[in-house]
Amino acid sequence: MDALDLARWQFAITTVYHFLFVPVTIGLSALVAVFHTAWVRKRNPEMLRLAKFYGKLFTINFALGLVTGIVQEFQFGMNWSDYSRFVGDIFGAPLAIEALLAFFLESTFLGLWIFGWGRIPEKLHAACMWIVHVGTLLSAYFILAANSFMQNPVGYRYNEQTGRAELTDFAAVLTNKVQLVTFPHVVMAAYMVGGAVVMGVGLWHMRRKTVGDDLPMYRKATRLGAVVTLAAGLGVAVSGDVQGKIMTEVQPMKMAAAEALYETSDSNAPFSIFTVGSLDGSEEKFAVTVPGLLSFLATGSFDGEVKGINELKAEYAQTYGESGNPLVSNSTYVPNIPLSYWSFRFMMGAGFAAMAAAAAVLWATRRDRVPTARWWTWLIVATPLLPVLGNSFGWIFTEIGRQPWLVFGLMATRTGVSPSVSAGEVITSMTVYTLLYGVLALVEVKLFLTYLRAGAPPFEEPADHTEQDEDAELAFAY
Amino acid sequence: MDFPTIWFIIIGVLWTGYFVLEGFDFGVGMLLPVLGRGTDAQDTEKRRRVLINTIGPVWDGNEVWVLTAGGATFAAFPHWYATMFSAFYLPLLLILVALIVRNLGFDYRGKRDDDRWRANWDKAIIVGSFVPALLWGVALTNLVNGLPIDADKEFTGNLFTLLNPVSLLGGLVTLGLFLTHGAIFTALKTTGQIREDARAVATRVGVVTAALAVVLLGILGFRSGNAGSWATTMVAAVALVAALVANLRAREGWAFVGTFVAIAMAVATYFLLLFPNVMPSTLNDAWSLTVDNASSTTYTLKIMTIVALVFTPIVLLYQSWTYWVFRKRIGTHHIPAASAPAAAPPAPAQR
Repeated sequence: MDALDLARWQFAITTVYHFLFVPVTIGLSALVAVFHTAWVRKRNPEMLRLAKFYGKLFTINFALGLVTGIVQEFQFGMNWSDYSRFVGDIFGAPLAIEALLAFFLESTFLGLWIFGWGRIPEKLHAACMWIVHVGTLLSAYFILAANSFMQNPVGYRYNEQTGRAELTDFAAVLTNKVQLVTFPHVVMAAYMVGGAVVMGVGLWHMRRKTVGDDLPMYRKATRLGAVVTLAAGLGVAVSGDVQGKIMTEVQPMKMAAAEALYETSDSNAPFSIFTVGSLDGSEEKFAVTVPGLLSFLATGSFDGEVKGINELKAEYAQTYGESGNPLVSNSTYVPNIPLSYWSFRFMMGAGFAAMAAAAAVLWATRRDRVPTARWWTWLIVATPLLPVLGNSFGWIFTEIGRQPWLVFGLMATRTGVSPSVSAGEVITSMTVYTLLYGVLALVEVKLFLTYLRAGAPPFEEPADHTEQDEDAELAFAY
Repeated sequence: MDFPTIWFIIIGVLWTGYFVLEGFDFGVGMLLPVLGRGTDAQDTEKRRRVLINTIGPVWDGNEVWVLTAGGATFAAFPHWYATMFSAFYLPLLLILVALIVRNLGFDYRGKRDDDRWRANWDKAIIVGSFVPALLWGVALTNLVNGLPIDADKEFTGNLFTLLNPVSLLGGLVTLGLFLTHGAIFTALKTTGQIREDARAVATRVGVVTAALAVVLLGILGFRSGNAGSWATTMVAAVALVAALVANLRAREGWAFVGTFVAIAMAVATYFLLLFPNVMPSTLNDAWSLTVDNASSTTYTLKIMTIVALVFTPIVLLYQSWTYWVFRKRIGTHHIPAASAPAAAPPAPAQR
């Protein structure tokens, strides 16, 4: 493997890993804020206990999302310096703004939330978690604007003299049609994760023989989590549908790859549930399909034309291959078909399965019921994992499907890698990240499970922030 | 003043913000084994927690300053960001690993009531504070000193190019400054024996640091100094000395202002030494990255300026409000008992 392949593997590993924790941060921050606000407004002790319980799980998870995020920001310059030179004008700005607007907000107000018990007024304290949540949304918005530019470049001009893309319309970058649909899609997917975590953890406790008087409290959490997972799942499906149509328009090769559609389908294009292609990727050998459905998903009409891989490949070979621009010529213009095809399906499958699980939980916990069959344990373990995997496969799909482009139509991936960084250096960093992340994942999961099992802390009347006893112990300390 | 120059200054300000804030986080972290040593095991544990809790609510927000500095460099000077971050590949890898384990240490340390767990995370905090405190100094000194950069703006050296006597001296200076700054911060934020111990550490480390800083800024100044950089060097020296004097007189607030200004002026000196270059080339002056040839277009810089002007005051406002909320001095008697679950139960006995 050369430095390019290593850099790509490293980026994939670090990004997928980072995005295991980010959706939990986005989704769970909202739910903790809901519980905390419910306490402040209704003075229901259960709500305070749930806020502290899920809040602790949130901080355990947030720490890993944060540290793996620092690696991401540095990685563009470290491993993709030529890419950074080329699109810094356009890609760098959202990243800088993300730090200034979102990261400062999240970090500062999370610190206030963690340490603010008994030191700031309760309403303000609860508001801190809402502000953290807003920070996560702002962060998502700006990083997705940056990524959407890579999928569908807008608001720029290519400067032949400097060989760089230059920003000409920032508003266009922030309102990229890909961005406008990707943002709700990703945020809803994050809410699915938050809901599923609250639901799974709550259900585990509901089924505990020693749950006693805490059963109603966990029931509330479980059912709220299930409703959020279902509702967010619908949002994911609807936005995903719109996204598919936009994708057909601006990244037709990606849609074709998602479908392993080798030949253009004039109308009534079938949606493939299962396709086996030839080894060289030029034709399909066997497929199980639903007639017309792909046309509908891709264009909104059963008669819509969906271009196939082979036709697009020929088109791109002409447009880009013969352009003489080394940044875009010399490529096959076709992404990895099996990976695109299967990650697309696993993404959707995981999402629908999570919704089904949430529906099952709502049904099984209706009125005063507690599901007692043994197989529910498996469902509890699966439910948070399913939407997390859905997120992972979604990102794998969207990034693999964009290949061989780094920025579609402007820059091929292989031209963006850092020329001065050797394969040896990348092997070193990749090994370090992989091993470190592996160890930390084990530590984090073990810690998460310890706190999960411990359950919600007993109710404690919150300290009054106006009392000025100089020698009183801190309500909370690391 | 043109936009590239404005953004050169802003990035200087962002690095300043990072070092004057995260600088004391690093100092406090490194001083855990020194100031966090008590009369017995229980007292030691309480003192360590006092130290960690002085920065507990604020370390995360402090760190964002470097993320903003990096992001701003990417946006305003893409060539600077690209050349610098790819050139410093292995040192940055070390810094990243250090920050990862340090940050987790702060958050995870108290989440299990187990001696070995805490001891391991303490090591992570100490090493994770030491490595960046040293390497950031090495990195920025390398920028000022110059590096082998070719006509394509690529670094042509290797790791050993980066570890040279002047840059290592620079690393020792930041190490010393952050230790001093951290000790004075501890003296400012604590009460009891730890406060006095902190002041004593600040004096000892501060004097050594001042001597090293004089040598460093002298060397760099004689190579490429100008009126501005000598002025800021003088102010930095005076501020550091004033800080140590105030510290001796137990005027911790003023001592902190002193080290704050000293660090800020040190960064200012570096940026004044650099200008109008951003990454001077030791191979050929014509190949140096400059404020002009490394920058983005005016359009990008204009947008970024508007965003910065609107949002930076807001950030400063709520960040300083946090410091005010948590202004109370902490002593060992303020630390509540550990409320974490104990270590996982032992495996069931074999038959």
